[in-house]
Amino acid sequence: MRLRSLLLLVIAVVVTGGLCHAGWAQSPTYGLGKTPTAEEIRAWDIAISPTGKELPPGSGTAKEGAPLYAQKCAACHGATGSGGRAPELIRSESTTPAPGKQPPCLSPCIRGANVMAIHSPYATTIWDYINRGMPFSKEETLKPNEVYALTAFLLYKSGVIPEDQVVDAQSLPQIKMPNRDGYVLPEWKHGMPRPFPNKP
Amino acid sequence: MDSKKAGRRKFLKGGAAVAAMGAIQSATGQTPVPAKRSLKDEIAYGERSHFVTSVRVPVLERPSPDEFGLTFHVLTPLQDSVGIITPSSLHFVGTHRGAIVPEIDPGEYRFLIHGMVDRPLEFTLEELKRFPSVSRIHFLECLGNRGKPEHKTVQQTTGLTSCSEWTGVPLSLLLKEVGVQKGASWVVSEGSEEVKGAGSIELAKAMDDCIVAYGQNGEPLRPQNGFPVRLIVPGFEGIYNTKWLRRMKVVDRYYMTYNDYGHISKDPKVAALTFQWGPKSVITFPSGGQKLPGHGVYQITGLAWSGGGAVRKVDISTDGGHTWKDAEIRGEVHRMAHTRFGMNWKWEGQECVLMSRCTDELGQVQPTRAQVAKVFNVPPDYYHNHGVPGSDNTIVPWRVATDGSVYNALA
Repeated sequence: MRLRSLLLLVIAVVVTGGLCHAGWAQSPTYGLGKTPTAEEIRAWDIAISPTGKELPPGSGTAKEGAPLYAQKCAACHGATGSGGRAPELIRSESTTPAPGKQPPCLSPCIRGANVMAIHSPYATTIWDYINRGMPFSKEETLKPNEVYALTAFLLYKSGVIPEDQVVDAQSLPQIKMPNRDGYVLPEWKHGMPRPFPNKP
Repeated sequence: MDSKKAGRRKFLKGGAAVAAMGAIQSATGQTPVPAKRSLKDEIAYGERSHFVTSVRVPVLERPSPDEFGLTFHVLTPLQDSVGIITPSSLHFVGTHRGAIVPEIDPGEYRFLIHGMVDRPLEFTLEELKRFPSVSRIHFLECLGNRGKPEHKTVQQTTGLTSCSEWTGVPLSLLLKEVGVQKGASWVVSEGSEEVKGAGSIELAKAMDDCIVAYGQNGEPLRPQNGFPVRLIVPGFEGIYNTKWLRRMKVVDRYYMTYNDYGHISKDPKVAALTFQWGPKSVITFPSGGQKLPGHGVYQITGLAWSGGGAVRKVDISTDGGHTWKDAEIRGEVHRMAHTRFGMNWKWEGQECVLMSRCTDELGQVQPTRAQVAKVFNVPPDYYHNHGVPGSDNTIVPWRVATDGSVYNALA
């Protein structure tokens, strides 16, 4: 009798345990978290692809960007885009350090060309960063037109685009950057060693 | 009157006892100090001994905080470390542009996963904690961790690495929860500090062993290390371990964010030396700035780690790399984690150069700068004054002078 009830108990545990397990497997989710609305996602989503697909409507030119730069950027980055307390934004021969005389290499670690408009393979990086991170302590206060205009100004001053080029969601990703082909991406695989040097 | 006398005698006796105790205390170097904190505070949250003075310092190259009030890079005092865990208070701090640590109310915290997924979802911290958790010991190391000749101590050469037990939800579990769509190949993670620093990692890594972490060494993350939630990408450069994680977007390409563009290289040989750290180690004792008090037996000890997995072996050389001996692994070995090694060593007053060399589970061996120079076709001493390509996992040698003083042998 006692043995039988114990057996029944064991069977019951095994069966319900099995059912529970099957239940987990069939259920695709833990059911945790809230589904955001499309508007909520749009409000969060400030990452701009090199294709520019997330860029908002609006436009700007270098001419429009010049007074904005003077007003919102020059205090930290310098009137000419270099020599300020904040990183260099516009390359000039007089401020380009000689080889071996570069500032200490903490990231972003771009020796001799640590100017976004020169080094970034895509103009979208500039738009994205101004939009998310500038001006310091007043981040995300710039309107899309202002971000387009400032991006155009930096690209013009760095010799990438003409002064009158209209920069918008369509034209920005098309801008041929000087360092467009300046990178390769290694493919990462689990358990993959570095290629070298790996011999004592 | 009698009672008064008795009281005075008692007082005198007591005084003698106190004086005697005082004598014993000073004989053992123990001086009583008035408690600075209330007993209530002492009970609530313990403090280390005031005799222990090990602290972090800013990197040599950049003030921290700078004139904008931004924190850059602050170094862990590896010379004082024992075992493999870095106390959370001494964990290095690295920020990309420099950042002001954001104040995030854990009750208001939200983490959004969206992009190329079937079910975009937004989680509260409480909801993240309702998922099954993992706790794993991993190092975190900044790409800026590069020994230079002007560095005097191991804190300066190598202090941008630390190791903690991280607790959180496997990222792969959350990604399965939202249902990653076909064609997705990268994820972009984003923090909530003022620049909302973002970085791209391959989906393969995101699905492999990353952790959406809320715990560090048995308690919530420290604010400087991402409170309330950060990403842990085991073995990868520090910058991908997004602090104050607020969003992850599943995408079909490298997004070339501000953080990303600083790390790119045109040379495939260099590009292959980024993302995942190579095998690395450093001797923490004896190391630069320390002094051996006399001849005799010492323990050479240090830390080894690798982005490629577990440390398999550490060799130590006491003759500048001419001969090598197996070090003992002293403690547990975890994948992508600091591993403590050591070796008995008798110093007899000779000048010598000490080096350690890590071999990991993939058979990768930590190189010298001269070996890297050979690969990149530059003179053997070229990288003494230039950063090596990619992340720097080269050997840092220490020179012991005849008076026992220890110096950076790169100098």
